[in-house]
Amino acid sequence: MTGTTEALVLMLRRELTLSFRRPDQLIQPLVFFLIVTTLFPLGLSLQLSLLRAVAPGVLWVAALLASLLSLDAMFKNDADDGTLEQLALSGQGLYVIVVAKTLAHWLVSGAALVVVSPVVGMALAMPTSAFGTMMWSLGLGTLTLSWLGAIGAGLTVGLKRANVLVSLIVLPLAMPLLIFGAGATDRAVSGISPAGALYLLGALCVLTCTLAPFAAAAALRINLE
Amino acid sequence: MNIATDGLCVEKVHVWRGDRHVLKGISLEVGPGELLHVSGPNGTGKTTLLRVVTGLLRPEQGRVVWCGKPIAGAPVDYQSELAYSSHEPALKGDLTALENLRFMVRMKRRAADHELAACLERTGAERCADLPARVLSAGQRRRVAMARVLALRARLWLLDEPFTNLDAAGSELVSDLLAEHIGRGGLALVVAHHDLQVAGKSRNLALHG
Repeated sequence: MTGTTEALVLMLRRELTLSFRRPDQLIQPLVFFLIVTTLFPLGLSLQLSLLRAVAPGVLWVAALLASLLSLDAMFKNDADDGTLEQLALSGQGLYVIVVAKTLAHWLVSGAALVVVSPVVGMALAMPTSAFGTMMWSLGLGTLTLSWLGAIGAGLTVGLKRANVLVSLIVLPLAMPLLIFGAGATDRAVSGISPAGALYLLGALCVLTCTLAPFAAAAALRINLE
Repeated sequence: MNIATDGLCVEKVHVWRGDRHVLKGISLEVGPGELLHVSGPNGTGKTTLLRVVTGLLRPEQGRVVWCGKPIAGAPVDYQSELAYSSHEPALKGDLTALENLRFMVRMKRRAADHELAACLERTGAERCADLPARVLSAGQRRRVAMARVLALRARLWLLDEPFTNLDAAGSELVSDLLAEHIGRGGLALVVAHHDLQVAGKSRNLALHG
């Protein structure tokens, strides 16, 4: 009998292997994030002060949307080819599958956005002193979004075209992330301590990562019937 | 050996799909070393019955009992003892046949690669081991799915139309594997709409609409 940790590592490896076999799906959110954020300096006037003022909001909205792009496929591909049923019968709790899939989704979308975010920060004329806060807030925010997304993806797994519906379910729930995430980055840009907003983001992340696996597993169980 | 303590019992199961009463009080029993062949025309609820037995679908009335305990109490423990093959082969197209087996079987038990390769060889799919599942033919995929059932080393086999897309040799192979399984004291519930010739103790349950 395979232990839970072992099963979790195995599932994570499976998800990452599958992602790297489809590099187009891996690159899409990144390219989307880079393109959307570089459109703003082109569209706005060349006033650096204006760009700097809107930078945190632009960065965060683009990151949320980029992270949403691949959400609906989180369980759908496995449901369509029948492997989700096999995973559900693997003798591991469904929450193990949810945790592994969510972490894999975050690693290939959220974490990758965090890595390229300094490039975007520079394009948006943000001071380099704010990069640390920006990366921390994006990391926590996208991880929380992946957990929220797992619930949305679990609820809509049986539907044909669920992309828009997942966004409609997840985006209202993601509003606090945008407020505190962009807020933290904005404070760092202005030279004020972002600690309060970052702590709240951390709290939201802990809340979702403890509750979302069970909510998403319950949603999947209903859809598997 | 006693079915009540060592086997599978389905007791008066009723399932509705919307307004449709799909399973109307179905009862069945399978004991160790026994195969039950569920047959019947399309749309009579054969697959639904199999999904109820897996625990994926909860019946509105009735219950499924495994080794004396209702499966609703501890579905995960029960599910770790079964191997289910749906009418889809359930393989990831981007993974090779061996990788498909590796990820799915190791979720249940530790299995070395050579053991998995031996299962692929037994089902005549050894040449598919390093090919992505998406390039395999439907028959080859079915053989890989059968290798997964074999590799899981489960006591209870639940097979949904295991002969689909298989050639004569493939069908014979599945019959042989089933005979070996029940010969070892395993239990098998097979949904197939055509006749099933398996050596050993086998019974038939015909479902009607």
